[in-house]
Amino acid sequence: MAQTGTDRVKRGMAEMQKGGVIMDVVNAEQAKIAEEAGAVAVMALERVPADIRAAGGVARMADPTIVEEVMNAVSIPVMAKARIGHITEARVLEAMGVDYIDESEVLTPADEIYHIKKDDYTVPFVCGCRNLGEATRRIREGASMLRTKGEPGTGNIVEAVSHMRQVQSQIRHLRGLSEDEVMVYAKENGAPFDLLMEIREEGRLPVVNFAAGGIATPADASLMMQLGADGVFVGSGIFKSNNPEKFARAIVEATTHYDDYKLIGELSKGLGTAMKGMEMSTLTPEQRMQDRSQ
Amino acid sequence: MTTIGVLGLQGAFREHVRSVEATGAKALVVKRIEQLKEIDGLIIPGGESTTIRRLIDKYEFLEPIRDFGKSGNPIFGTCAGLILLASEIDGSYDVHLGVMDIKVRRNAFGRQRESFEADLDIEGVAEGFNAVFIRAPYIEGVGENTKVLARYDGHIVAAQEGHYLACSFHPELTDDHRLTEHFVEMVEEAKKTLAL
Repeated sequence: MAQTGTDRVKRGMAEMQKGGVIMDVVNAEQAKIAEEAGAVAVMALERVPADIRAAGGVARMADPTIVEEVMNAVSIPVMAKARIGHITEARVLEAMGVDYIDESEVLTPADEIYHIKKDDYTVPFVCGCRNLGEATRRIREGASMLRTKGEPGTGNIVEAVSHMRQVQSQIRHLRGLSEDEVMVYAKENGAPFDLLMEIREEGRLPVVNFAAGGIATPADASLMMQLGADGVFVGSGIFKSNNPEKFARAIVEATTHYDDYKLIGELSKGLGTAMKGMEMSTLTPEQRMQDRSQ
Repeated sequence: MTTIGVLGLQGAFREHVRSVEATGAKALVVKRIEQLKEIDGLIIPGGESTTIRRLIDKYEFLEPIRDFGKSGNPIFGTCAGLILLASEIDGSYDVHLGVMDIKVRRNAFGRQRESFEADLDIEGVAEGFNAVFIRAPYIEGVGENTKVLARYDGHIVAAQEGHYLACSFHPELTDDHRLTEHFVEMVEEAKKTLAL
């Protein structure tokens, strides 16, 4: 008998995206540019994170018309964002046939304490994380894919680097702990003990972990892959640059051949202006999207 | 020692490497055309077929892979890999490698929410094989020299034509390595023949 929505099917979908680039798009035209450039999936949004920042106010799930338009335009998978804890937005996106839901801190959270219980859904979820505690809590809630939170819409890679390094470093630390030490580590990090034991045994997370939040250039994508990312999300970076087609293709290639520096040098030539970007110290605490969930 | 290459442009290539190694053969991730000389058989993994095709074009892999197959070296395509091997693809999509006489339909079982796992019998290879289908294609028709190995719900989901093997599911995502073993045996046979 066929079973849908199993862990294997949901996590497996994310495995197929490995080594690839997932691009934020706001309409069918951008979705086609992304697919043409070799994106493995697109994230259908009403506004890219940089514009969400600029607009202020409450950011919600995109208008379903935009999501549908994008789904009809491309044959690669389509993802969409629901607010943290917004069970109904997620159910609506699932009913529409979206391939992956991002329960995302880029949107204004609907629930400041609880995330969605994601294992109740047939559609898989991706969630952001800054450390092993957040990563394991999201996995236990049913996330089938993780990504760094970074600091979305800033074009500044520094936070994504820190979050990827933190998770990797904690996994390495965990491997050296004895079983009794893992219990205390679980308590200190708010992490499920059994899942930590599994990660300690395997030496890696049971789901893929992509880089997201601040990737603006091919070199940024390569950097994240070298730090151990399984793939890359590019939000504002592509369609906020002044040559999106070229930028998109260059980021895809830099992700595939992330350790070929000569090639990345070539790819970076004459790309035009990347998005302007923001320095972290200029953000007020309220502007830090990564702090919107634990 | 038999070396199986796994095309490593995008997708689940590390899982295939793990599966090949579990059968006792050596695995090599192929990212450059020159590496085709170092391998006896090639696996084209699952991933996004559109993306893999763009990268195949970009790095001019198309002809070298076709030649690799034409010289008698076995090729195994899974999911996106199956689409790349097919000689005919539904709708207006371009044919990619086109080395296997099969007609495929992309995303044939539906979107991600329709993705599923089910137990299959694969003729001459495995009974009760746990097959994972993710936005999977299926084979709508095969040529006279192509042997159907497995069906699901009436649709062809695995087939073999001489030294070409294809399936629409993901054998690399489970710990059941019987289909990979079958491919490794095909490669070992081909190696003997090619050495003569």
